[in-house]
Amino acid sequence: MATTKTRDGWVHQITDRPLSSLRFARSQTDALISGVAGGLGELWGVDAVLVRIAFVLLAYCGAVGVIAYIVAWSLSLDPGDRRAPKARDPVMQQSIAFGLIVLGSVVVLRAIGLWLGDQFGIPLLIASAGAAVVNMGTRSGKRLRFARMSGKGGRPALGSLFIGGLLVVGGVSWFLTKTNGSFTGLVSVLLAVAVTTGGLAVVFGPWVFRMANQLTDERRNRIRSEERADLAAHLHDSVLQTLALIQRNAGSPRKMASLARRQERELRSWLYGHPSSDAARLDAAVHQMADSIEEAHDVTVETVIVGDCELDERTRAVVAACREAATNAAIHSGTNEVSVYIECERHLITAFVRDRGNGFDPSANANGRRGIVDSIKGRIERNGGTVMITSAHGEGCEVQLTMPR
Amino acid sequence: MTRVFLVDDHRLFLAGVRSELQGKVDLVGEASDVDTAVQQIRATKPEVVLLDVHMPGGGGKAIIEAVAETHPDVKFLALSVSDAAEDVIALIRAGARGYVTKTIDTEELVRAIERVNAGDAFFSPRLAGFVLDAFAGEIEVPADPEVDQLTVREKEVLRLIARGYTYKEVAKRLNISVKTVETHVSAVLRKLQLSNRHQLTQWASDRRLV
Repeated sequence: MATTKTRDGWVHQITDRPLSSLRFARSQTDALISGVAGGLGELWGVDAVLVRIAFVLLAYCGAVGVIAYIVAWSLSLDPGDRRAPKARDPVMQQSIAFGLIVLGSVVVLRAIGLWLGDQFGIPLLIASAGAAVVNMGTRSGKRLRFARMSGKGGRPALGSLFIGGLLVVGGVSWFLTKTNGSFTGLVSVLLAVAVTTGGLAVVFGPWVFRMANQLTDERRNRIRSEERADLAAHLHDSVLQTLALIQRNAGSPRKMASLARRQERELRSWLYGHPSSDAARLDAAVHQMADSIEEAHDVTVETVIVGDCELDERTRAVVAACREAATNAAIHSGTNEVSVYIECERHLITAFVRDRGNGFDPSANANGRRGIVDSIKGRIERNGGTVMITSAHGEGCEVQLTMPR
Repeated sequence: MTRVFLVDDHRLFLAGVRSELQGKVDLVGEASDVDTAVQQIRATKPEVVLLDVHMPGGGGKAIIEAVAETHPDVKFLALSVSDAAEDVIALIRAGARGYVTKTIDTEELVRAIERVNAGDAFFSPRLAGFVLDAFAGEIEVPADPEVDQLTVREKEVLRLIARGYTYKEVAKRLNISVKTVETHVSAVLRKLQLSNRHQLTQWASDRRLV
């Protein structure tokens, strides 16, 4: 680092690499295998070809070149952060280099005896090469479906599919003809089926997998855009319509409030759903009941529910009785606010429906009010519960229901 | 008149509350985001802050905590359109002294502000319901019996509030004074803020609020 050379190029280079002269970036533009030679060449200012020749020569000296290459690769930096434009598509050269390396390794393995025997080995090699060709072809033909649909670019993928398939079939049949003598009858048929299936899976597996991925992506995008369209349609049908109605009814505050309340309730349930949107539960049933009364009678029904439970015959009776009591309050009490409170304990459901309206004398009206007699008392008492009505003129009314569970 | 500060990120709603409360309380200022709110509250020193539960980015809680650091005597009343228990409980646990829904009528709102200013708690029927839910059921070994359980009387008071009774009506019904009702509700508020009962912490941790 302590270089005193004053030539511009040197100073520049040193300030560019302040960390260590051992670290260098693999070349992205000049790469046959991984760009190590290109990177070193750039670092030392020599042609990458010379570096490559040195590596190959060293490889014959007890594999020193191979080890040196691996060490250099592990010391090198990822080229990804250098934004150099790609000079050419390296796929072809890289593939050839990779293929030659594999072939070399196979020859070495065969020479030292780590070998399945030519009978298995060579067909396997041919079939693998075929699979690799298919794989590469479909990968370079990204967005294969679209390419084919738009009528351009699909051919290289199809070509490599054909060549690769041919190689695989060739390898498999070679294997079968070679082994036909040693296997007989059923075994050889089964083996043929198994090998063919395996070969097909190897050839088409990655391609099918990528295809499926593309389809999933596409479906997700479609769902997303459909959701957006749904949202717009819903807002248009509900909120915008209500806003228009509110403008038209600007003279009548009561009508406006009722429109706004209905819209609020609808939007809220559409956006969030009820805490338990499961219709088979008490909580949801009570909210639904309150909503329908608010809508029908232009009143506010303040509901408070403590606990929640499954609906059964008894709880349904409680909800129905509450509905009747709240409807009575909405119609007769003269106020526009009704409170409903329901508490669900382990062995008991308690419900209160209350208003602060006119009130009445419960004893005097017992026969005149079919609603109270049939819908509330009858329904609750048939199911084993009790009803208590507290009211007096001018003091509102409270209906209390208890029902054992 | 009570000095009140408004915090709500909906300007339309701010305007509505302002016109509603005009002349009934002393409105000292308003803000619609967290930073301005904290800064203005510190500057104007109101007695009560009316705070929207749904400030963007969980801001309500941030405001309460920031103000409490420098001005612990400023009181907060939460105001919301939301029915979601966890949001409301979170603000109460952060230090708000009450909760009302935005549909509350003016008179009731003024009463709630005064009650909170007097150092008491204000529970709407809905909040009373949430609290009963949170403290429902027996727990086998309360970690701290003082705050992990409601007394029978406190439950009675909360049930009546949940049924729509005003404090005055609760007092009449139970033959106690309004002051005693307030004491019970304040005790419940304290338990709500201090208890580590399963349901309370569950709500909070589900929403990553603790």
